[in-house]
Amino acid sequence: MERHVKLSRFTRAGSAAMVGALALTLAACGTDPNTGDDSTAEATEGGMELSGTLSGGGASSQESAMEAWRAGFQSQHPDVTVNYDPTGSGTGREQFIAGAFPFIGSDAALEDDEMTAAEETCGSDVIEYPGYISPVAVAFNLEGIDSVNMTPETIASIFKGDITTWDDEAIAADNPDVELPDTDITVVHRSDPSGTTENFVEYLSTVVPDVWDFEVEDVWPVEGQESAQGTSGVVSTITAGEGTIGYADASAIGELGSVAVGVGDEFVPYSPEAAAEVVAQSPRVEGTADTVWAYDLARDIPGTYPIVLVSYHIACTTYEDAETAELVKGLYSYILSDEGQEQGTAAAGSAPVSEELRSEFLTAVETISAAG
Amino acid sequence: MTTTDSPQPTATPKGPVSRATARRRRSGDTERGFSRVFRWIATGAGSLILATLAAVALFLLLRAWPAITASDEEISSAVGRYPEGTSLLEFIGPLIFGTLLAAVLALALATPVAMGIGLFISHYAPRRLAQVLGYLVDLLAAIPSVVYGLWGFLVLAPVVKPIWFWLGDNLGWFPLFAGDVSATGKSLATVSVVLAVMILPIITAVSREVFLQTPKLHEEAALALGATRWEMIRTAVLPFGRSGVISAAMLGLGRALGETMAVLMIISPGFLIYSLQILAGAQHQTIAAYIALDFAEATGLAVNALIATGLALFLITMAVNMIARAIVARRKEFSGAN
Repeated sequence: MERHVKLSRFTRAGSAAMVGALALTLAACGTDPNTGDDSTAEATEGGMELSGTLSGGGASSQESAMEAWRAGFQSQHPDVTVNYDPTGSGTGREQFIAGAFPFIGSDAALEDDEMTAAEETCGSDVIEYPGYISPVAVAFNLEGIDSVNMTPETIASIFKGDITTWDDEAIAADNPDVELPDTDITVVHRSDPSGTTENFVEYLSTVVPDVWDFEVEDVWPVEGQESAQGTSGVVSTITAGEGTIGYADASAIGELGSVAVGVGDEFVPYSPEAAAEVVAQSPRVEGTADTVWAYDLARDIPGTYPIVLVSYHIACTTYEDAETAELVKGLYSYILSDEGQEQGTAAAGSAPVSEELRSEFLTAVETISAAG
Repeated sequence: MTTTDSPQPTATPKGPVSRATARRRRSGDTERGFSRVFRWIATGAGSLILATLAAVALFLLLRAWPAITASDEEISSAVGRYPEGTSLLEFIGPLIFGTLLAAVLALALATPVAMGIGLFISHYAPRRLAQVLGYLVDLLAAIPSVVYGLWGFLVLAPVVKPIWFWLGDNLGWFPLFAGDVSATGKSLATVSVVLAVMILPIITAVSREVFLQTPKLHEEAALALGATRWEMIRTAVLPFGRSGVISAAMLGLGRALGETMAVLMIISPGFLIYSLQILAGAQHQTIAAYIALDFAEATGLAVNALIATGLALFLITMAVNMIARAIVARRKEFSGAN
């Protein structure tokens, strides 16, 4: 009796497993035929149709732009899947050096030792160029006020906690036409380590080192201030408060007021174009490979918006796998194309890279190939 | 059973048959076929959990070791968050404090409410309402913590902010409510409220079950002696359920200690400070939220430092659970159950 029950139970389990296996097989069959049906895709220059999967990752600042680039690239090449995992710049660089990500985004250029390690992994030179340039806005929430002029000294004093009310003389002096309330200033910064923080802090310590006497790091140096996680966290915290001020990717600040930053004698409100100009006019770091464009940003060029987040695209010039090489080349060529630049601006407020630089970057990207 | 197969006189002293049965038992003969397989599966499952625990502990120790043994200079230069010369302990100490403070506050808020809900469901509510209510409370447990985080920081924080300001203005002399009240409401107080809501279902569910198991005779005896319903609950139900409620609270405490996402999204963290000012911003941080916050950008020794912080959380969670077990075990003897 017992034996009989046992047997039948096993039989049932067996048939269930069979059905499951069958379903899996069918599902696997189902995914195949829908590829390549509508081959409206344009072929690449070589006339070769791209296919395969490319998985990279890195800086989360690039995520929304990369989302647009991915979608655009994939719609040109329906057989291609591109994944971008916003792990953060640090993890991205680590994964690139470990060989896990064939391409990455990073808010900082590779440091010398990282570059050496990366070249070793690639077995060749590394391509590195500023692919994503975005103005970082100093955003605030004051009822009825859209724009306030501030010199770098004022910004640094506010974020350091030295200026505590909105009607402080230092702010009022630059804004004769604005009726400033006596609201307390609440500074909101990023609680997580972030490239946005690092860029903002680097700007302050470059321009006004005697006021902003902190080390440049990706974590906020001042203790005891409000903070929130991620760009959206900061923006919603500023929005929810009154008299709050913070810094965030300009494309994300929505309806909040923003600061026109003092450069020389004028005050420049943020715009993608004014941000792109900073990269175009800054000197390139010397002593690197020809395919590496790293920049020491100049923060005091009149007419440019000096607080920018520059995020690099990093890849190898040779890959062991021909498919990966073609895919990386295809993706980066797309990003640097007119269409790619438009997509980036529309989706993420990324500043378009100047034509001149783009053609230089493109020449380097064209050299990506399979090893041996 | 095999013994019933062969008829044997029950009165005879232990004969050859029963000895044969004993031998069969010894050789494991009663476990035939799948029964034996199932025994292996069960044993395997039992040892798997031990192995997992050991593996986690081992992983934490091994990966934390470089950070534990590193000098203060090394670690403070590797981790951006540590000011120069800060040791691992100096940094983790306030985190442990923040974690415990948030969890204890959440527990203090949630336990009385959960007991109230439990008693209402078990002794006051009409049956149908009790079922619906019990079901709704269980549903709270099904809400993902990230949703609690979003709700806490987008909805709850602005709503409770005026209350925190009122507390700060009127009860500022009380150490917990001292200091500048956060202008954004992203303080430990808000976190505790959200955590309390999150642990409410588990405490309620367990308390309710325990209260329901109060022997009917005890309750009826109390009522027969002229007790009102409240007196009956106080004399019969609560003493019986005490150890159960304590274990329920400890389950909730465990969840509150390890809660990551909700805390991460709500709190405006502060480091290197032991502060009781739960209404002020940037005074506290919990371990789990800190690890999640910093892990994405951590490299090298900083990762080890984070894992060392995780080890600390592992240890306090274990300690809390052990203490809870000890309390429950001791209380059992005095509870009304016997």
